[in-house]
Amino acid sequence: MPLGYYLALSAVMFVIGIVGVLVRRNALIVFMSLELMFNAANLLFVTFAAYYGTIIGQISVFFVMTVAAAEVAVGLALMVAIFRTKHSIDVDQMSSLKG
Amino acid sequence: MTMVLNPILLMTFFPLVGAAVILFFKSEQKSAIRWTALITSLVTFGLSLWVLAAYGRQDVGIHRLWFRIAGLPIHFHMAVDGLNILMVLLTTFLTPLAVLSTWKAVEERVKGFMIFFLLLEVGMLGVFLALDLVLFYIFWEFTLIPMYFLIGLWGGERRIYAAVKFFLFTMAGSVIMLLAILYLGWNAKTFDLPALLAARDSFAAAQIPLFAAFALAFAIKVPMWPLHTWLPDAHVEAPTAGSVILAGVLLKMGAYGFLRFNLLLFPQASLQLAPWMAGLAVIGILYGAAVAYTQKDVKKLVAYSSVSHLGFVMLGIFALNAEGLSGAILQMVNHGLSTGALFLMVGFLYERRHTRLMESFGGLWKSVPVLAALALIVSLSSMGLPGLNGFVGEFTILTGAFGSAALGSPWFAGLSTLGVILAAVYLLHMMEKVFLGPITHAENRSLPDLSPRELAVILPLLVVIFWIGLYPKPFFGLIEPGVAQILAAVQSAALALH
Amino acid sequence: MLLSETLQNPAVSLVPWVVFLPLIGLVINLVLGQRLGEKFVGAVASLAALAAFGVAVVLAVTLAGEPGVGKFHLLDWIQVGGLNLGWDFRVDTLSVTMMLVVAGVGSLIHIYATAYMHSDVRHNGDPSRYRRFFVYFNLFILAMMILVSADSYLMLFVGWEGVGLCSYLLIGFWFEKGADGTANAKAAKKAFVVNRVGDFGLLLAMFLLFWNFKSLSFDEIFAQAPALAQAAPGVVLAVTLFMLLGVAGKSAQLPLFVWLPDAMAGPTPVSALIHAATMVTAGVYLVARSSPLYLEVPAAQQAVMWVGALTALFAATIAVAQNDIKKVLAYSTISQLGFMVAAVGMTAYVAGMFHLITHAFFKALLFLSAGSVILGLEHGHAHSHNGHNGHEEDHFDPQDMRNMGGLQGRMKTTFWVYLIGALALAGIAPLSGFFSKDEILAAALHTSPAIFALLIAAAFLTAFYMGRQVFLVFFGRPRSTAAEHAVESPALITVPLILLALLSALGGALNLPKIYTLEHWLEHSLQHSLVVEFNLTVAVGSVLLALTAIALAWWLYGKRQMRASDPDPLAAPLGGLFRALQNKWWVDELYQAVIVRPYHALASWLSGPVDSTGIDGIANGLGQLTHWAAGSLRRIQTGYVRTYVLVVLFGVVLMLAFLAFN
Repeated sequence: MPLGYYLALSAVMFVIGIVGVLVRRNALIVFMSLELMFNAANLLFVTFAAYYGTIIGQISVFFVMTVAAAEVAVGLALMVAIFRTKHSIDVDQMSSLKG
Repeated sequence: MTMVLNPILLMTFFPLVGAAVILFFKSEQKSAIRWTALITSLVTFGLSLWVLAAYGRQDVGIHRLWFRIAGLPIHFHMAVDGLNILMVLLTTFLTPLAVLSTWKAVEERVKGFMIFFLLLEVGMLGVFLALDLVLFYIFWEFTLIPMYFLIGLWGGERRIYAAVKFFLFTMAGSVIMLLAILYLGWNAKTFDLPALLAARDSFAAAQIPLFAAFALAFAIKVPMWPLHTWLPDAHVEAPTAGSVILAGVLLKMGAYGFLRFNLLLFPQASLQLAPWMAGLAVIGILYGAAVAYTQKDVKKLVAYSSVSHLGFVMLGIFALNAEGLSGAILQMVNHGLSTGALFLMVGFLYERRHTRLMESFGGLWKSVPVLAALALIVSLSSMGLPGLNGFVGEFTILTGAFGSAALGSPWFAGLSTLGVILAAVYLLHMMEKVFLGPITHAENRSLPDLSPRELAVILPLLVVIFWIGLYPKPFFGLIEPGVAQILAAVQSAALALH
Repeated sequence: MLLSETLQNPAVSLVPWVVFLPLIGLVINLVLGQRLGEKFVGAVASLAALAAFGVAVVLAVTLAGEPGVGKFHLLDWIQVGGLNLGWDFRVDTLSVTMMLVVAGVGSLIHIYATAYMHSDVRHNGDPSRYRRFFVYFNLFILAMMILVSADSYLMLFVGWEGVGLCSYLLIGFWFEKGADGTANAKAAKKAFVVNRVGDFGLLLAMFLLFWNFKSLSFDEIFAQAPALAQAAPGVVLAVTLFMLLGVAGKSAQLPLFVWLPDAMAGPTPVSALIHAATMVTAGVYLVARSSPLYLEVPAAQQAVMWVGALTALFAATIAVAQNDIKKVLAYSTISQLGFMVAAVGMTAYVAGMFHLITHAFFKALLFLSAGSVILGLEHGHAHSHNGHNGHEEDHFDPQDMRNMGGLQGRMKTTFWVYLIGALALAGIAPLSGFFSKDEILAAALHTSPAIFALLIAAAFLTAFYMGRQVFLVFFGRPRSTAAEHAVESPALITVPLILLALLSALGGALNLPKIYTLEHWLEHSLQHSLVVEFNLTVAVGSVLLALTAIALAWWLYGKRQMRASDPDPLAAPLGGLFRALQNKWWVDELYQAVIVRPYHALASWLSGPVDSTGIDGIANGLGQLTHWAAGSLRRIQTGYVRTYVLVVLFGVVLMLAFLAFN
């Protein structure tokens, strides 16, 4: 398959992810959208690694996945904590940091 | 000399040991905390005497590579010389007295107070001893933090306002100084002061803006008119011990900065701008004296008197001759002693009456004769009565300024001499309102006179006040090499200018 | 060397003891006085002063045998740059003369004060201040000794300001008394501040001296004075005129005399010692000491002379209309100081010093006797108060001459010594004042008729107001119950009075015409003093004039019996002029309006509108500007995560676009 398909799929995934982050109010969905963006990046890494025949891109993917896992873990913990006090995980209600 | 047994290093960082020990006490063990702080500061004073004994020996300083930033070496360079030895001694001398003065005055969060106080001492000693610009800057900024908390946590009613004002004013100046330091470093490829002095040519073209950048930071600290308005607020709100250190040492950092950096690094700019700086100093002298006269709060009066006194110091510095410079350095010590003592007196009064307004006193000489007599001596020292320390400093400064070639006119000294009259006006006004006249408030009738502890705080100051007044020779002797260094720089610059 | 060769006599090394002995006295009293009681305190202080007098006598004897200038270096002091000053003492006939006067009259006043203060502290209700008084008194002797024994202008200045401090402390001795309870404290402050104005002049003179002579020590300056006066006459003129400002401050001359009348708030021994006999003459001493400078600039001599002569007449006019027994003496002191200053102005230094000495005798005598009168009246007041069950008004003023009268019978010793003092001051032959004043008048006639006219008018008024005072106080019938019951003071008070009366009567012998002991003695120190031969016409004329004035005083005040509430007999004929005199020509009010209030207004303006609103306003304004800017910008921070994400997205897109198209 030509390189373009992979790139196009990655771009689509990334845009879906962005739109998800921007328009959804449920924090879980926002997280999932973030994951989608991570994976779009991962897809690019793998694609180019295969294309250029190097391993560095694939190694990077492991790092990204680790970071993503850690981030989700922290994020979910935060969600749980927030849900306990606010009884909601609507991101629009979490605006107490506004100026 | 090994690193560990280096007297300078030991002295500078010994207060950290005390602070660490205090960390292990419980907050309720107030007495133990106080004694630890006192003993630590006394040992530090002892160590500073060791430094004094080692003064003049070549190997006593510390000079080694510390780290590099962007390829530029930063040195850990600390040494003692004619410019800073008296400042160091003043710091270590005043700190134990200030600590002792808090025995009754600070009852809350004693632990934090003492830790911050000892940290402050480290910072001040570092400022005076550091001979690398980056190291100096680190210490310079470091002193802000403990002082900020001392004012902001243990201060009076408007402490937050005062603390923030103090912090912002100083910070604003120092940031610009940092830019100048970086410029110097990039051009001369070093931050080490001796190396910079050797490489003066590399920034000769930018002397005036560099001078201005440094001068701004130092002028705020001194403070010179019209950058002084943080001082009265900070003094009024700070706890007594904080005021003592603020007036006694922190302000001197500004004047010291002028001597150490402005005059040595930019002698040509110093010569060119001397009349302007001296002009501001003269305004400060007269202005501070006039404003002090109208104050109702005794502490504010003393604070404005500082503006006036530091004006004398600045005038002496920019006289740029031996008399003016030596007088200025001595006057820095004198101001630390007299104004420090005045703040202590105000603190004693405050502890007794919980007010500092002059109208709530009057006739106190009758109820607290010892306190009143000592306050009179201290006021006299502050207004420059011959035989006491203030006169020696003021007279040498004014003599120097009167015939100064750099200022080129006796008017600076002539107008400043008016300050001698005005000082008598406001200080005697204070004496009259607080200690003389009839007792107008019943609660003033039976105030306790000075306790032995309070006497122990004030008597050492008086001893030095008389000592400098009657026999200042040893002090001038210590200053002399520093002054000679500056004079050499100024003279070669004067030759280059003409 | 301008002056005679240096004296090598070992006795010279005694000179620091004139300073140390009072120091020892005051330290002993400070440390032990509270425990050991009044007798001990008084004895220690008096002995300290007497011992200093002893040292001065030894020095005088040494100098008499071996004239010259002795110097003693005690300790280095300020040595920095070109300044090279030590604690250097100087022993020459001039300084020793001053030491003798200070310690001699001082000792007598100390002894007098041991008794006077005993009742004064009780009368004022705080016996614990007895010790404090003598500590201050010894401190004064110490400072005055530094002043007169200094070998440089700067050390002289130490004593100069030191005596000013003592004056401050002693004027404010009863700091809670006086009108409103604050008058004494204010008087003390006024004295110090006005003196500081003078010291300002002296400081400037010293700066000029230092930069032009590279020294502040007398010999080095005087040796170069003629050369510098040739090269830069303006400098020497400026120095001498600035010095004159200092003289005007310390010696209470126009325009700085205003502090001295108020200084009478101090206890009477203070008025006698500090504000009559010694401290206020420091200005005269300064001009005499600086004679080599003044001799170079006739313009400065003129200035000094005129200031002195005008002050002499001006103060004498005010003295005529005062009712307070001490105020009369205070203005008389200013007037007599004017005579001395005028004398040294016309380079008649010996005459000035002579009058300084005799004035110290008779004015100390007058003040102390006045103190004795006041004590007597206070006793009488207390006595009558008990007897009459408090019928008398509460504000009885024991110093008001209108409440006196007829004391001649009840206080015999005091009356006689007072009479001697008053006649000496009036210049009646052969008392001491006659000789010294005549020397000045003769010199004035020789120098300038205008000055002579001013001084002779002042002399006439002097005799008049002293006559008025004596008649009001001692003659006629008592005008208050207190005066009826006045009692004579104890021996500790009257014995010093008698001794001073002897000195006042015989002091003229120091410099009798044709013999001129003092002149020969002082010529080692004052080489170019103007000497005018004894002028019989002037002498006889001035005595006749004084007698006329006394007769006039008798006609106005002695002839008729007056009551306390009667207006002054002079009030009607003089009218508005008398009111001007009574109000001291409104000089205080003038200074209040021209200097004090404007300064206060200026200071308030600076601390209010300028400092708080202006300068601090700019600083706080910057803060508010930041605050406002931040307040506007903070709306960007919505708190919604997605807004931030959108911004990040735009940012990334912009950066990518920038990278792609650049």
